[in-house]
Amino acid sequence: MQLSREDLLTAYRTMRTIRDFEERLHIEFATGEIPGFVHLYSGEEASAAGICMHLTERDHIASTHRGHGHCIAKGVDVMAMMSEIYGRKDGVCGGKGGSMHIAEIAKGMLGANGIVGGGPPLICGAALTAKTLKTGGVAIAFYGDGASNQGTTLESLNLAKIWNLPVIFVCEDNGYAEATSSSYSVGGTQTKRAEGFGIPSVEVDGHDFFAVYDAAREAIQRARAGGGPSMLHVKTYRYYGHFEGDATTYREPGEAEKVRKERDCLVGFRGKVTEAALLENKDLDAVDAEIADLIERAVKHAKAAPLPTEEDLLTDVYVSY
Amino acid sequence: MSKKSYRQAINEAIASEMRRDPTVIVMGEDVAGGAGTKGQQDAWGGVLGVTKGLITEFGPERVLDTPLSEAGYIGAAAGAAATGLRPVAELMFIDFMGVCFDQIFNQAAKFRYMFGGKAVTPLVIRAMYGAGFRAASQHSQCLYPLFTHIPGLKVVIPSSPYEVKGLLIQSIRDNDPVIFFENKVMYDDIEEVPDEPYTIPFGEANLTREGDDVTIVAIGRMVKMANEAADRLEKQGITCNVIDPRTTSPMDFDTILDCVADTGRLVIVDEASPRCNMATDISAVVAQEAFGALKAPIKMVCPPHTPVPFAPNLEDLFVPNADRIEKAAKALMNYQIKEPA
Ligand SMILES: Cc1ncc(C[n+]2csc(CCOP(=O)(O)OP(=O)(O)O)c2C)c(N)n1
Ligand SMILES: [Mg+2]
Repeated sequence: MQLSREDLLTAYRTMRTIRDFEERLHIEFATGEIPGFVHLYSGEEASAAGICMHLTERDHIASTHRGHGHCIAKGVDVMAMMSEIYGRKDGVCGGKGGSMHIAEIAKGMLGANGIVGGGPPLICGAALTAKTLKTGGVAIAFYGDGASNQGTTLESLNLAKIWNLPVIFVCEDNGYAEATSSSYSVGGTQTKRAEGFGIPSVEVDGHDFFAVYDAAREAIQRARAGGGPSMLHVKTYRYYGHFEGDATTYREPGEAEKVRKERDCLVGFRGKVTEAALLENKDLDAVDAEIADLIERAVKHAKAAPLPTEEDLLTDVYVSY
Repeated sequence: MSKKSYRQAINEAIASEMRRDPTVIVMGEDVAGGAGTKGQQDAWGGVLGVTKGLITEFGPERVLDTPLSEAGYIGAAAGAAATGLRPVAELMFIDFMGVCFDQIFNQAAKFRYMFGGKAVTPLVIRAMYGAGFRAASQHSQCLYPLFTHIPGLKVVIPSSPYEVKGLLIQSIRDNDPVIFFENKVMYDDIEEVPDEPYTIPFGEANLTREGDDVTIVAIGRMVKMANEAADRLEKQGITCNVIDPRTTSPMDFDTILDCVADTGRLVIVDEASPRCNMATDISAVVAQEAFGALKAPIKMVCPPHTPVPFAPNLEDLFVPNADRIEKAAKALMNYQIKEPA
């Protein structure tokens, strides 16, 4: 299926929004103004964008501690996300969740997650709902190479298979879980693991939007048609440390810079679509300007937004003592 | 003796026990860091640098970086403990117990009793706990009451650098599974800590200060808050006992009851959620054993019964502090029994 001009602009806009959001957080975090843990998704944008392009609000995703990209790609409001990260009352979770817990159920976003491996079982539940209520929805579990070693993830693969659930397991393998290489922590391969459960799987270049998009289309079509779960092993890379403040001494010097220079998904996308004369540079530049303005407004807004009030401490829980 | 941080005291405790006993091993996620990478080895030494340097001295056979598989490696630590090693396993954040709880409470905790005394399980599970780090709902809980509830486990909550070293060495030498709670906002606290190894026995509370008017029992980091409150109260002519139980299992109820017998007033400060926590547990025992000594109802200073909020201003309201402790103590001093009409 050929992507329309509009589709291409949407894909680029999503990736650009994620990139600028994350790059700006990197800068703002260094000022000390952002509380808590922040895990950035810079470098991995093609994965979230390439998969979520196929989804609508009836479809669900579960994310990870590195969740901003998935949230943006699933349509969570950028202004409300930024406010949440600053702990403001008009944040998407009222300031009670923070970066690691951004969620918007109404948009099919079941939450970033502070517990590694927390998402895959939940997404089996979302898929069970879709199957039982015949909504036609599918459910996507995003999880990392580290999370692929959790029992919860492996149990979910089995559950999705034996119940024939419309789940797509998306293993975003950025090479590291914290300071540990996936070459150390992962026995076997992701695709062979899936095959062991009888689940079709494919390895995908996560720096290439189009590769992710195509692989996701096939898996999602299969799930929608009642063909059960699939697994995508998306090979990607995170440009920044595990969390903001990580000195990344476990990397070779220059490693991140090299990937950014040679394999950046935004640069690659621009090259491809302009070479094929599908879009012009000026179309993409216009998106860049639009997003730069959006992120600027989001940060300004978040910094000035009111804090939650004392009463908010005791709401949203069935009883408080 | 020199000034050391809570972090450094923990590191020293583990290192000295590893030198003394070759069966002591360390495992956990990124306890060294850098495994399989092309960069630096021992890149992290634990997520907050507590176990830094251990792999350099003891090698990767005794300092094992694990995959992200808590049920697997915590269970393996329990199994290794039952068969001849003394693992010090790090769970990073106590909140992650959800992933591996079976291996702790159905397996490790039960071996000795269930096997008729034929097993020992010298396992230490270290984990960070507590709010105040802006770490939000899934990285800020206390959860020690859950472990205290389970027979067979020992539960240790050190309140200072001196305490943490002695209690950790004791934990490693102990033959039962110990859940060792490190408060994540205390790692940079500094005080005099002896260079040589020493132990602090379990089940012996530390009376950190003595007074006549109010007894304050405080858990973990709350000991510091309680002493801050006691300083202020003293300036107003109210003197306090401040008790650090050190371990909640075993719990030194005798010291608490003795102090309550003297003061007749009790404030319990517990950072854990307010239902079924250490404050309710201690209250129940005091009500049973020392009812006649009480001059006023027991006061509990705890957070509200909610998950830990992310927003810093809400989190600051959530965590008990010296103000609230001071207020509670004063309320007890001003308490008057109403005569029945
Ligand atoms: C159950 C659990 N164990 C450990 C952690 C600490 N932790 C947070 S992220 C992370 C590494 C995750 O690696 P991966 O799944 O590859 O995702 P990435 O960070 O690379 O996106 C770890 C160990 C956690 N949050 N939850
Ligand atoms: Mg990873």
